[in-house]
Amino acid sequence: MLSYLLRRLVFLAGSLFLASVVLFLLLRLLPGDPANSLLSVGATPEQVAAARHAIGSDRPLPEQFAHWLHQLVTFDLGNSFVSTLPVGPEITSRLNVTVPLTLLAFLLAVVVAVPVGYAAALRANTRFGTLISGVSQLGIAVPVFWVGMILITVFALRLGVLPAGGFPQDGWERPGEALNSLALPVITVALVMSASLIRYVRSAALDVLGSDYLRTARALGSSFTRAMWRHGLRNGAVPVISVLGIELATTLLGAVVVETVFALPGLGSMLAQAVAQHDYPVVQGVLFVSTFAVLVIGFLSDLAQRLIDPRLRGRLSGGTR
Amino acid sequence: MKRTKSVPLLGGALVVSLSLALTACGGGSGGGTSSSGGSGSYDKDATIGVGSLYEPQNLDNTGGGGQGVTEALNGNVYEGLFKLTDAGKVENLLATDHKVSPDGLTYTFTLRKGVKFHSGKTLTSADVKYSIDKVRAKDSQSARKSSFDVVKSIETPDADTVKVTLSSKSISFVYNLSYVWIINADAKNLKTSEDGTGPYKLDKWTRGSALSLVRFPGYWGTPATNEKVVFHYYKDATALNNALLTNAVDVVTSEQSPDALDQFKNNSNYKVNDGNSTTKLLLAFNDRVKPFNNVQVRKAVTSAIDNKKLLQSVWGDHGTLIGSMVPPTDPWYEDLTKVNPYDVALAKKELAEAGYAKGFSFTLDTPNYDPHPTAATFIKSELAKVGIDVKINVITPDEWYTKVYKNHDFSATLQEHVNDRDIVWYGNPDFYWGYDNKQVTEWVKQAEESDTTAQQTALLKKVNTKIAEDAASDWLYLYPQIVVAGTKLSGYPLNGLNSQFYAYGIKKS
Repeated sequence: MLSYLLRRLVFLAGSLFLASVVLFLLLRLLPGDPANSLLSVGATPEQVAAARHAIGSDRPLPEQFAHWLHQLVTFDLGNSFVSTLPVGPEITSRLNVTVPLTLLAFLLAVVVAVPVGYAAALRANTRFGTLISGVSQLGIAVPVFWVGMILITVFALRLGVLPAGGFPQDGWERPGEALNSLALPVITVALVMSASLIRYVRSAALDVLGSDYLRTARALGSSFTRAMWRHGLRNGAVPVISVLGIELATTLLGAVVVETVFALPGLGSMLAQAVAQHDYPVVQGVLFVSTFAVLVIGFLSDLAQRLIDPRLRGRLSGGTR
Repeated sequence: MKRTKSVPLLGGALVVSLSLALTACGGGSGGGTSSSGGSGSYDKDATIGVGSLYEPQNLDNTGGGGQGVTEALNGNVYEGLFKLTDAGKVENLLATDHKVSPDGLTYTFTLRKGVKFHSGKTLTSADVKYSIDKVRAKDSQSARKSSFDVVKSIETPDADTVKVTLSSKSISFVYNLSYVWIINADAKNLKTSEDGTGPYKLDKWTRGSALSLVRFPGYWGTPATNEKVVFHYYKDATALNNALLTNAVDVVTSEQSPDALDQFKNNSNYKVNDGNSTTKLLLAFNDRVKPFNNVQVRKAVTSAIDNKKLLQSVWGDHGTLIGSMVPPTDPWYEDLTKVNPYDVALAKKELAEAGYAKGFSFTLDTPNYDPHPTAATFIKSELAKVGIDVKINVITPDEWYTKVYKNHDFSATLQEHVNDRDIVWYGNPDFYWGYDNKQVTEWVKQAEESDTTAQQTALLKKVNTKIAEDAASDWLYLYPQIVVAGTKLSGYPLNGLNSQFYAYGIKKS
């Protein structure tokens, strides 16, 4: 187990380094001069040159890259070109919105999708099962912003029970208020997420239900519930967990849409603005942190699968059984 | 008609930039207060929620703070020697008096006594010198930097007196000073904190979300009529309107979504205010290149486009037609909409006289955010009627800046010009649109060196008429400035010149 963890950590570090190279190069390939977004109409060539110098975009690429790497290893994400304020603290404050939003939505989606998906599998050939399949299919097709707008119209504008958007200026100092403003965004994301989860849970459960081991267990005298509990859940959970990991990562990266609809000061809205402004340090910082989060989620989901399914342990630790 | 994110970028850049500007100490302009009338009882401890699309980048207006920092802090947290009122008048603020030497080159300002910074320090002439120097400094990103090139030296003979010597006469100097924040010379970290003299001090700035101001108890003047103001920032006009509809904010500084106005107009809880903006939508020709170097062609194009119909389709019943670069809040405004009237027959005749009876074809560089694409499509169909074929080339604000503004590589372009008193750009032949008329350049120069505002006003009226006769650009329309507020609110500014939003007079009942 220890060597597995070590391997994974080395893999994580390697991936992060690769990501930093790719991020850096991709951003420099974008058309447009970041200095332009700093300047106003009327700027003289001297002002343009001064702006370039100030943000370091007049220096050779390798030098800029070395600078960026140096910052990374010293846990410093640099300063924004546009605001000239440090990127790191702002990312931290944005994570205070995006992480709770993602995790709460994820939990809600799991709590809804697992029983519903399981029930849909048990009654696959009934009207109920068809209905669930249909609704979840619809849920996958519907865009997040549309769901968000519908919820705003109903719960904020018509009924007036929840805020239409925004986040308390004091953040989590008053948790009730913060949770209140996250309610609709969380439901929005959870609805869309659970739609696809239901389908995965349903097909995983169907697999289990039709499996030989379950039939064998039943034949040996185990009750259906007991057999499911003892063998079915574990086997069904493995593919579901890998899907959960992917869903969680997607939601984190896809936060930009829901954050815009609900005017939340999260990581996604920070990224969107920084891209529009050619604010390289911010874009780099946000993407780097997101990459890190996705890699960690992948790691945790692997780990969870290994804990559930002993057969995977040998495989992931490098093929030694 | 929703604006995209790019608007704050370029719009912001234009807002804080396009003003070389000339002054009139109250001369010519309509005057009067343009705040909405406040009356009756109000809550002295109220918190006012303000909804805005323009979040500051940082809190330093000489360090790239952008349009949002002007909106939130100008006049509220920081004050200048002079104040530009919502009606466009220049009044004394931290200066109680100023004298100009007979040669017009030396300005002596007397400072108001008993003014304290939020940190507790008393205002002195050294702070004023520091503040003006900060705008002029090498690393200053202030868009007004070039207006202060004319400053030769600043002296502080005593604590209450500032003496500024100019290298040439500049009647706009006092007006320009209304944009210079007086900052405590000892202040640190101005990008995230402040030390001004205004009626509010900064409470808290949460990036990406909100900025709050609280009443400053040691204020020298009339205290703010509310306890606290919170600017809530939105990236999206729909989210902003929803906030107003759910009472998350009390007022929206500038409504950018005309389609959304009906829901407020038809609701007795809200008031939709129509103010005068200074934002002009221009079809700017490149006056250097064929065929737009020909006055007849420019006049023909101008006459072929029905600006009224365009304005109607974009803004409904809001907004104003202007026949030239000057909005009604500038002292030298005149109605020139008749100079190049909408008249297709006239346009055809002018085209024929210019030798383009069969029309021609040109590329219109169009910024990719509203309303430019809409306007471009409209112009294309209008000009097709007189045989002119328009190719629409949609570009990003960044490309616009490089291609059009810097390199002058274009035939015609659409752009919004945000600032007041920016007609003076027509006196600069090197400006991107390349209008070059020696007489106009001379008039603009003379206007700046005028002894009286009456003289200045007269000269700039001449400029205004001349550029309209030459159809230097086609001034499509003047944007409306629409402030939507709950009916419990009064005392908010209506015109918001150059993005100012004075919040200290807002009353909530």
